[in-house]
Amino acid sequence: MADKPVTEQTAVADPITQVVAVLKERFPEAVQADERKGFSGIVVDPRSLVDVATVVRDELGFDYLSSATAVDYLGKGDYFEMVYHAYRIRQGGPALVIKARTPRDKATLPSLIGVWPGVDFQEREAWDLMGIRFEGHPNLKRILMWEGFAGHPMRKDWKEAYYEQDNKPFDSRWPGGQVSRAEEHNPYGKNVAYPEDFTLDGFTPVGEAANYTGLNMGVDITELSSPGLRTDRLIVNLGPHHPSTHGVFRMIVSLNGETVEQLEPMMGYLHRNHEKIGERNTFLQNMPFTDRLDYICSMSNNLGYAQAVEKLMALGPRFQPPTYRAEVIRVLMVELTRIVNHLWAIGFLLNDLGAFFTPALYAIAQRELILDFFEATAGSRLMCNYMRFGGVSRDLPEKILGIPLLANDLIRDENTMDFLTNLITERLPQAVDELDNYLSGSEIIINRCRGVGILPPEMAIAYSMAGPVLRASGVPYDVRRAEPYSIYADLDFDVAVRYNGDIYDRYLIRIDEMRESIRILKQLLPLLDETRGQDIQAGTKAYSPRVPEGESYGRVENPKGELGFYVVSDGGQNPWRYHVRAPSFINLTALGEMCKGHKVADIVAILGSIDIVLGETDR
Amino acid sequence: MKSNGGPDLNGLHDPDFPLPEGLQSTIAVTSLDRVYNWSRKNSVWPLLFGLACCAIEMIATAASRYDFSRFGMEVMRASPRQADLLIISGTVTKKMVVPIVRIYNQMPEPKYVLAMGACASGGGPFKEGYNVVSGIDKYIPVDVYVPGCPPTPQALIHGFLTLHKKIESQSIRTVPWYRSGESAGIPIPILGPDIIDPRQAELIRRQAELAASNKQEAAPAPAEA
Repeated sequence: MADKPVTEQTAVADPITQVVAVLKERFPEAVQADERKGFSGIVVDPRSLVDVATVVRDELGFDYLSSATAVDYLGKGDYFEMVYHAYRIRQGGPALVIKARTPRDKATLPSLIGVWPGVDFQEREAWDLMGIRFEGHPNLKRILMWEGFAGHPMRKDWKEAYYEQDNKPFDSRWPGGQVSRAEEHNPYGKNVAYPEDFTLDGFTPVGEAANYTGLNMGVDITELSSPGLRTDRLIVNLGPHHPSTHGVFRMIVSLNGETVEQLEPMMGYLHRNHEKIGERNTFLQNMPFTDRLDYICSMSNNLGYAQAVEKLMALGPRFQPPTYRAEVIRVLMVELTRIVNHLWAIGFLLNDLGAFFTPALYAIAQRELILDFFEATAGSRLMCNYMRFGGVSRDLPEKILGIPLLANDLIRDENTMDFLTNLITERLPQAVDELDNYLSGSEIIINRCRGVGILPPEMAIAYSMAGPVLRASGVPYDVRRAEPYSIYADLDFDVAVRYNGDIYDRYLIRIDEMRESIRILKQLLPLLDETRGQDIQAGTKAYSPRVPEGESYGRVENPKGELGFYVVSDGGQNPWRYHVRAPSFINLTALGEMCKGHKVADIVAILGSIDIVLGETDR
Repeated sequence: MKSNGGPDLNGLHDPDFPLPEGLQSTIAVTSLDRVYNWSRKNSVWPLLFGLACCAIEMIATAASRYDFSRFGMEVMRASPRQADLLIISGTVTKKMVVPIVRIYNQMPEPKYVLAMGACASGGGPFKEGYNVVSGIDKYIPVDVYVPGCPPTPQALIHGFLTLHKKIESQSIRTVPWYRSGESAGIPIPILGPDIIDPRQAELIRRQAELAASNKQEAAPAPAEA
């Protein structure tokens, strides 16, 4: 336990130790350090939670709440624990971890929405999935499941309809050679379970009406007649099937004429239970699932999860950090992914602005080249499942081969490094310039984007916005610089920042970031040559690595913002808690505020400029 | 494609009726079924509707490299009223299956459903999830299944070609949409304590009765012992 990684950690955690001491002195009754082995931060008495949080924000400077999630310690003390990760946005540095506990049978905690408004959706999620009531939350409705759903599924004692065993690997699914499917063991032949005495006789579902509470429906239209112009109030539903919601996202909009009065994001239409499945999986089995969070950026998601688990493994005796070549390859993949994502985001923002598909075609054509490289290296275009704890799954191939797509296409047979060099020094810079030249000065784009959907910096911080959205509002916060990971500390790049916080700046900052990524990639090319032939995996590949007891929060600067994985291990084969801090999800917290006062047509543009992916929003 | 720029008659002309050399590019002798299916299969308009990861590959298939407009499919329609093909491109959740069934009901006949990828075909990697439907065919009929996670664009195109074969095999005399009487829509699932398929109302009631009678049987047993 007294190995090198631990001493390194205490050196880094020093400012936090000071903060904890200050808080313990200030609130001797309410604040205690979390003394469990492998855990950190403070445990706060729920009665003083709001006071402590206010001091943490105002006096200690932790103004940015990155993540808030609940853990069910069933059989390990029998309580729910709400875990908050707060950061200093101006200085950077590590998190202050704040915890508050509540008994499982009457789970109630004070809401922190008055301190950090960005906690809004995350508290709703904790209510929905864990069943913790937050007193003082103005809109405590379910967010991922629907109203009327039976139970809170992330509780450890809640079992899904296809429940087999608590933990994988499950027993054989073909005992004695008899293959069976989960449906066959369910009386309904489907993935459903009802309360025992449930029938449809006399049953009324909660239904759609629950979604409209708090949206001022049924107002007398004469009330709205503003001077000069008589308008009606309308409730408009956008989605979940709508061409410009970037997936199955839904917004309920209350309009006064064409002007947005209120907008409520509705989600959960792609809630595929990553966290519940993730807690049944072994640690490594979660890797391919992270691909499917933000399915445009599978490589970046891999890195975030690998780092979270590596942090935990570093507490153990035999951990070896990833080799240098593995780190170089990881950054190569992640920065290529950033370009893929931003190309895609810009293409589809233009779709939303009415330039249907033509700009996107240009963007997708370049993206395909990067995907070819991913496919040659990882074996898959989209779902790369490439990174492993302590390294990557395989080295770059010698050659990139490609199959002909059309009769007159040539079979590609190129040296990988030549291909990469050409891609990074020629093709991608040209592609970015091309988009910039064609789009940035376009009158239509300027008129539709400038001054629309403005997000002031203090609001961006308060709402826990992350990534390009935060930086376009004049907050130069980038995890790669604020809390450097992998080899970013040695690389030369600037944190792109823009100051107006409107759609146009959120578009421009993606162009800036692609240029910075290309700058990083150019520095990686010689490193790839230098490290050729070195190990890509530290230690041995293990199917089920030993992960010691403890918690870790691994965060990376994903193309869409800060992606965090909060993992709690009890020393077993499976994560006890596996939570994803999804930038797409939390960036939507401010959507309602950003749309207020704009016209209905601007909603899609504002949403497009946030750049969400539903796999990550709903998880 | 013929050099004179006319329509591709190769798929249309019945080879049992030989034509003089100069007329082959302009005249075809064929059956009603063949001309009907030939025109339908070359203009299958998909619904502009993406669900999850597979939707990204669907968009890549639509883009210039794979370009499914080669099959007359580039007019993706955002309204189900104008669409012929519903591509279920991703994981179907219980919350989402309600709008999907509604969309399916809104599509006019003839309509086809393509289940793209493992999730749409059978639940895929997320099958055990509490909010996941084990394949869209539990609710609406599926014509073509495309395996993969996600399927590559080539695989999706293969799925389209398979659908073309299915369309070619249909006959105007037997297709359901020209029969008399109205075709009934699929009942919309209900979001209750779990998702409820209204077609299973009777089964759900029987299960509740069974549970109640089991309880009654179980209750006196310890009293006797």
